[in-house]
Amino acid sequence: MRKRLVSSGLAAVLAAALAAGSLTGCGGGKGNDAATEAAKNASAADKVTITNVSYDPTRELYEQYNKVFAEHWKEQTGQDVEITQSHGGSGKQALEVANGLEADVVTLALEYDVKAVEDAGLIEPGWKEEFDKDSSPYTSTIVFLVRKGNPKNIKDWGDLVKDGIGVITPNPKTSGGARWNYLAAWAYADKLYSGDETKIKDFMKKLYENVLVLDSGARGATTSFVENGQGDVLLAWENEAYLSIKDAPDDYEIITPSISILAQPSVAVVDEVVDARGTRDVATGYLKYLYSDEAQKIAGDNFYRPSNEKILQEYSDTFDLNINLVTIDDFGGWDKAQETHFADGGVFDQIYEK
Amino acid sequence: MKKAGKRVIPGFGLSMGVTLAILSCVVLIPLASLAVYSSQLGIKEFSEVVTRERVLSSFYVSFLTAAAATAVNAVMGVVIAWVLVRYDFPGKRIMDGMIELPFALPTAVAGIALTSLTSDTGFVGRFFARFGIRIAYTRIGITIALVFIGIPFVVRAVQPVLEKLDSSCEEAARALGAEPSVVFWKVIFPELKPALFTGAGLAFGRCLGEYGSVVFIAGNKPYYTEITPLIIMSELQEYDYASATAIALVMLAASFLILFLVNLVQAKNSQILQGGNG
Repeated sequence: MRKRLVSSGLAAVLAAALAAGSLTGCGGGKGNDAATEAAKNASAADKVTITNVSYDPTRELYEQYNKVFAEHWKEQTGQDVEITQSHGGSGKQALEVANGLEADVVTLALEYDVKAVEDAGLIEPGWKEEFDKDSSPYTSTIVFLVRKGNPKNIKDWGDLVKDGIGVITPNPKTSGGARWNYLAAWAYADKLYSGDETKIKDFMKKLYENVLVLDSGARGATTSFVENGQGDVLLAWENEAYLSIKDAPDDYEIITPSISILAQPSVAVVDEVVDARGTRDVATGYLKYLYSDEAQKIAGDNFYRPSNEKILQEYSDTFDLNINLVTIDDFGGWDKAQETHFADGGVFDQIYEK
Repeated sequence: MKKAGKRVIPGFGLSMGVTLAILSCVVLIPLASLAVYSSQLGIKEFSEVVTRERVLSSFYVSFLTAAAATAVNAVMGVVIAWVLVRYDFPGKRIMDGMIELPFALPTAVAGIALTSLTSDTGFVGRFFARFGIRIAYTRIGITIALVFIGIPFVVRAVQPVLEKLDSSCEEAARALGAEPSVVFWKVIFPELKPALFTGAGLAFGRCLGEYGSVVFIAGNKPYYTEITPLIIMSELQEYDYASATAIALVMLAASFLILFLVNLVQAKNSQILQGGNG
């Protein structure tokens, strides 16, 4: 009996240590009620806290930006601002905000996810016009990451449907970011077959038949391709692809296809929350400053395409600016794209029908 | 089952109240909300949602892999428990403690580690790949992840029973000339069986719901390695609570039914064995 106690005690200690680790790791979810309370009492005073709920690959970007913004805000208003970050899958983050996670601003991967927060009654309609460029301070696109030397000679979308090519891309039904991948491929086929829907669907079917692993999220897909060596080509956001290259410059190459999609992550102030907390000024200022030259350069340094044309040109060495980019408007906006392609029984489901 | 009268331990009213309150808060209310959410769908819609071919094949994959993993766990769990109880060897304490590690480890970590180990470039996967056997991104991979997740349940259920087992029965059986295998099957195993069923049932239930580790090792290919929890997640991703809860409800009902039937069979068996006293 004593032996059993010892062993379960050991497990309990381990579990407690892990739990403590994960708590501190994701600090800044719902747990900072005390901070919220303090901010409420001192909304116009000398210190304010806001929460930015974002998605996975913006971690490094906002880490740098938050410092810069805090300095800027201090200079302008004399107020100290502390920004709590929360990162996770974009759709999951949107769900949590809609369910009551207190976020002053959301900076998500898709307009559709911000719309979900709007539908929950937390963001007022018209947020898309609140900031420049459809409230997308930085953009990205979908590129191919291939193994060094490009052994399978992959140049464009057309090469991905050939026999024997292993493609890695996340499931567009579980990963918001992967919907851009799917739509980019569709845009290529649309142009190739000049809109013949049966042929486009055939192309998409072949493409997804070549998909070896359909991960549930973008980071999982990168792990499959990079760590586990699966597949010949990873369909990835440009910024993620550059991060992989930065980590292992000798192992991978980026191939920019002839046509791709302009991925526009959306930002918005969560009206209900900022009104309740009295943080509207600082939250609006926070998102507005993303368009400043300084912030745009931070975006560029983190391999996001700055939305400011002039600054984008400064990064012409990094980004292929000649790529033909379609936008979500070519698909009739997110609501329509969602309904046609990703809803139950939509085109993506049809592709996988037997 | 005596009628209420003098009880040995006082405070039945209070403790029953606490039991009901906890059960309601932790189990009944969340489950009821499942039913409420899915009742947003009409009966026709409900049956359409849960009988889509992809959903059906995800049920098949989930139940098949959970059953396979549970079968492996039932056998291996007894072996491990046997060794830990019956033999003394250096490092036994550490080994005993390690059994619970799958509980403590975040399942996603387990999934990623198992995947990189068993993919065709991984340490273990490379060996099997030579014979053309792929582990990660197949149903075998899912089963392996589930074996990992489920093993502590069986070991921990069987272990205390083995510890308390009266060795005089075994000795008597041996003295009467029974072969060791006969002793195991006729004397020891019937004693273990209730605990084994409990442990295996727990493991099976846990395996059905497992998401974190499986999504990494499964490859998530529709019809082939797409598990039901993943389908539920993708419904949630579309903010379609009703469909998600409908599928969850069917899965819950099915697993309840299976566990119930298993327990029924087990209860019948032990009744026969114990001359109708069970």
